[in-house]
Amino acid sequence: MTSLPTPQPGAKKLGLVIDLDTCVGCHACAVNCKEWNASGVSAPLTDSNAYHADPHGVWFNRVHTYEAGEGQSSRTVHFPRSCLHCETPACVTVCPTGASYKRAEDGIVLVNADACIGCQLCAWACPYGAREFDADDGVMKKCTLCVDRIYNENLPESERVPACVSTCPASARHFGDFNDPASAVSRLVLERGGYDLMPEMGYQPTNKYLPPRKPAAPQAAVPQAETGATSSLLRWLDRALSR
Amino acid sequence: MKPAGSIVFFTTASGAGYGMLFWLGLLSASGALPAALWYGLTAIAIAAVLITAGLLSSTAHLGNPQRAWRALSQWRSSWLSREGVAAVLTYIPAAALAASWLIDPRPAGLPALLAAVLAIITVYCTAMIYASLKPIRQWNNAWVAPFYLLAALFSGAICLAAITGFANPAAAATLATIALLSGLAAAAVKLLYWRHIDTTTGASTVASATGLGHLGTVRSFEAPHSEENYLLKEMGFRIARKHAAKLRAYALLIAFAAPLAILVAVLAGAVPVTVLPVAALCALAGMLLERWLFFAEATHTVVLFYGRQA
Repeated sequence: MTSLPTPQPGAKKLGLVIDLDTCVGCHACAVNCKEWNASGVSAPLTDSNAYHADPHGVWFNRVHTYEAGEGQSSRTVHFPRSCLHCETPACVTVCPTGASYKRAEDGIVLVNADACIGCQLCAWACPYGAREFDADDGVMKKCTLCVDRIYNENLPESERVPACVSTCPASARHFGDFNDPASAVSRLVLERGGYDLMPEMGYQPTNKYLPPRKPAAPQAAVPQAETGATSSLLRWLDRALSR
Repeated sequence: MKPAGSIVFFTTASGAGYGMLFWLGLLSASGALPAALWYGLTAIAIAAVLITAGLLSSTAHLGNPQRAWRALSQWRSSWLSREGVAAVLTYIPAAALAASWLIDPRPAGLPALLAAVLAIITVYCTAMIYASLKPIRQWNNAWVAPFYLLAALFSGAICLAAITGFANPAAAATLATIALLSGLAAAAVKLLYWRHIDTTTGASTVASATGLGHLGTVRSFEAPHSEENYLLKEMGFRIARKHAAKLRAYALLIAFAAPLAILVAVLAGAVPVTVLPVAALCALAGMLLERWLFFAEATHTVVLFYGRQA
């Protein structure tokens, strides 16, 4: 059924918070996502020509890098992009077969690969580029929020988080329930001003992004050394004593 | 958006077929069509071939065409599903209309009316598949559905006029007049559509896509991957926009100007009605180019993440 589920009392709203202040752009989340999902519920994630010219493959997670602002006040921001598990996802409602669905119990948006006809309309309907077509299987694939990890009782409890979250070396990715106001993700959004991507599209993304913090105030200019000081030791002494 | 040949052919051919079926259904009762069995069956057969060839072509776009039947299930939410349901349903009154021609050379009544209504509903559903997609501003606007409907009415009328020319020149002149008027309306709406997409911009920008606009101008510094991925191949198609002005002129000329000139010449008695098939083929060829442009000129918000315009 591709009509959206009616909200249930007590249902979870699972998703990610991505901290653009701490993301270092290492792509580890994208690589670990690929590793886990290439052998998990969405397996295989097709790679064609992987070791030749024009390699091509399905990835659920992509890390962009942007520059914003001009001159000394400009910032370089690393920006992971993946499915936002929207509250009103058109990728689900446009699906003609019922293969795309949003789970009532936790809000995760999934594709039933056995019912997908590969029409790719869902990829057109997603403003965020969250869905990629697997040409080998002829079906659409997308981030599952690691539904095969987060409820997996064969894993130690500490590992029951999405692969991208578990691997992030900068702790820039957080997983949790946005319907629980006391959860870490809800608190982060509140404290750090978490925001939606393209809110004007009206898809109401669940995942939130935390903006880069304001840079520290610029330090006072370091006094210049006297021109006569030729050795580095003398220059250092001159600077240190001038403070 | 990448213009998939299967979909370009589908919307053009099926559009013309449904347009023919609409005029057949509407005019069969009014006495405007030749009352001949061979004419009725030939006309409805050509409409059915155009419709069916288009529908079959559309399944070539699917990754798993053997599951296409599943697409009939989600008509509550999906325009693509509604189109599938409407397309299948249209066959029923169309077959009944063909059968009633065997009994009465001037068939009327419920099958004719139902065939006309369902044909137009199917074309509307096709248009709404595109018009309902918010991330694609060249599709998500009020000009798309009217053009799809007028294009179907025009190409259907000109095809039917071409066949009618072999049965009854007077009836062909009536259809040629209908084709002329609907062609003028379609061309006008297409021009307004082009003006609309040229003078408006999308609601989304790289600033709203990344949420980093408060830091200043946002520029893509480094893409996530070195090669074109599925998203850029499917939704980052750029070739047509470079030549948009020329291609639009060719589309206008071949789809509208040339066939409409032939229609005027036929109506003025300057050329015989047997020239009408040339006008019909010309219109269909031009419509293919117009439909190719409809895809090729469309941009998707996902390219904003890659620092491109949408």
